[in-house]
Amino acid sequence: MDGAFVGTTFWRLMAALPLTLEVWFLSVVLGGLIAAGVVWMRVGGSKPLEILARAYVALFRGTPLLIQLFIVYYGLASLPAVRHSLFWPILREPFNCGVLALGLCTAGYQAEIFRGALLAVPHGAVEAARACGMSRLLLFRRIVFPIALRAGLPAYSTEMISMVKATALVSLITLWDVMSVALKIRNDTLVTYLPLILAGAIYFTVNYILGAAFLSLERRLSPHLRPRPS
Amino acid sequence: MDIFGIFGFGEGGWGLALLAGALMTLLVSACGLLIGAVIGSLVAWARLSGHRLAGAAGEAYAALFRGLPELLVVYFVYFGSSTLLTTVAGLVGYDGFVGVPSFVAGALAVGVISGSYQAEVFRAAFLAIAKGELEAAVSVGMDRWLLFRRIIAPQVLRFALPGLGNLWQVALKDSSLISVTGLTELMRVSQVGAASTHQPFAFYLGGLVLYLAMTLVTTRLFDLAEARATRGMRRIAG
Amino acid sequence: MPAPTTALAVKDMRKRFGALEVLKGISLTANDGDVISILGSSGSGKSTFLRCINLLETPDAGEVTVAGELIKMRRRADGTAEPAERRQVDRIRSELGMVFQNFNLWSHLTVLENLIEAPVHVQKRPRAECVDEAKALLAKVGIADKWSYYPAHLSGGQQQRAAIARALAMRPKVMLFDEPTSALDPELVGEVLRVMRALADEGRTMLVVTHEMGFARDVSTRVMFLHQGLVEAEGEPDALFSGATSERFRQFISKERG
Repeated sequence: MDGAFVGTTFWRLMAALPLTLEVWFLSVVLGGLIAAGVVWMRVGGSKPLEILARAYVALFRGTPLLIQLFIVYYGLASLPAVRHSLFWPILREPFNCGVLALGLCTAGYQAEIFRGALLAVPHGAVEAARACGMSRLLLFRRIVFPIALRAGLPAYSTEMISMVKATALVSLITLWDVMSVALKIRNDTLVTYLPLILAGAIYFTVNYILGAAFLSLERRLSPHLRPRPS
Repeated sequence: MDIFGIFGFGEGGWGLALLAGALMTLLVSACGLLIGAVIGSLVAWARLSGHRLAGAAGEAYAALFRGLPELLVVYFVYFGSSTLLTTVAGLVGYDGFVGVPSFVAGALAVGVISGSYQAEVFRAAFLAIAKGELEAAVSVGMDRWLLFRRIIAPQVLRFALPGLGNLWQVALKDSSLISVTGLTELMRVSQVGAASTHQPFAFYLGGLVLYLAMTLVTTRLFDLAEARATRGMRRIAG
Repeated sequence: MPAPTTALAVKDMRKRFGALEVLKGISLTANDGDVISILGSSGSGKSTFLRCINLLETPDAGEVTVAGELIKMRRRADGTAEPAERRQVDRIRSELGMVFQNFNLWSHLTVLENLIEAPVHVQKRPRAECVDEAKALLAKVGIADKWSYYPAHLSGGQQQRAAIARALAMRPKVMLFDEPTSALDPELVGEVLRVMRALADEGRTMLVVTHEMGFARDVSTRVMFLHQGLVEAEGEPDALFSGATSERFRQFISKERG
């Protein structure tokens, strides 16, 4: 095994990184939007909606992402109703299926994170804001959201990293992400470990940077948790 | 074939195969969790030991396996353990490839991942033990082994139970990735059934329902275990 | 001497939580400059009464008039009351400065930001003006040097003084204090009471739910004693504390003094 092979393998894997990151970003955003809706249903006060939201979270957190992904990609495509529907042009693309399945799944986790963050907002802070005459919207924008954001950030960071790792599953639905390129190189060259090790290094580095970015954001947003100024 | 035929237990029905797959899933996940417990307690011990090198190694292990995709770990352990075994076999004079059974490789992969998380659960559980209780044990003359067995281990287990319940769920879900190695657990059975009947939607949905049932039931069991383990604490509080 | 104007009037306020009737019809009139101490053992309804005035709890019945403006209420289909106009409630709340037992400062904002938050965003006053005023208020409560601190970095007494300054920053017509010293360590109570006494001396209209007998007797213009949701005794502190009016009140103060 020579340096040149290491180099070409590395760059072939890096060429697949944009797709991995794209799947990650789009599914995380989609999941965040769905999660916002789920949380709204969960705490909105309507009992049927609350049960629906609970069921959503239990379903997507209680089953493997892989089988969710296969339901979306293989399962839906096998239904004539889907094939003849408006959504078929979207669902026929493995990329869209990957983003959809990952987004639906992370929504279950993100919803619980959002809810936990909302619960972490002290009742007294809300009451003080109401006593100042803040309207509901202003109260949410100026008091609830900033405090919840700070409370939810550590768990959110963990979920974001989990999602980077989860993108590797799209290699199983014919997408050329870092994982599947590594397997392809391994298959073609019969070099067993190097492609996997390099792919692992890439994933690890992405996650490391992501974790560090969230940590610095956390620190910047939470001066009130730092030690008292002298 | 109608839906009852597919999932039934009669001829041509996949009910039995799916249940066997679910059983395999439970088995491989449980083995994975146990392997993870061994790894996790070793890593936790390394980090708590105060030994700098051991602590750094433990930290590196946890950081590494939390930062890698689970699927990649499954592939790596599957390929890697076979190579390792082949090499060892070569050393003792056996030529040729020795494959590690996919069950062993799968349980190992789940365990390696679970261990990196269990380490943190155990560490936090140990740190949650009141220092005074340890001092009290030393003061009545317990030696280190007795201290560990009678005071530390039961409390760590008690404090770690909620975290382990979560990690059991994670292991159960991660075990579906072992299907890529060909182990006939629930995910794999669903795939095979989907392919041979051309009914992917029904099969993946059926698999999904079984997974959900397993997580819901076992979560309930963990809750009960937790309630039992914290009996004493509640009696004191109440 | 001109006739005193009414800053706050409450008429026949009632509130129940489930089967428990906490307020059984309480009325109160506070003129400009009045400092009214509201006393009572726990469970007497005194905190609920205060919280019903700015509708942190919704009273079941009764009228609240702030500076001549009646808070409009209506009945829901199930018979419970609710404010008819949310915006009116928001506006009136901004005219009532509330100080809480547990300070309730916003933890993610500095002391100065806590003070200007509502003036800037609720009252829409110019930021620079609010900052100047906030700094003056902080000087007044004696923590001018702490303006850039976060609440977590202040002692309880300092937090409560900041919370009083936050309420004052709204330029309220009436100040409501809900047991402002009950959550404080004993040695920190004095600094908060001194600030409250100074506010009383400058003629602020204040409603104070408290356990501080000294403050009630020496600072307030009037004392109201609640017992099981009703006004048991009311009057000028000297008359009330001399013990002639109410046997229950006499028992209460002897118990409070321990």
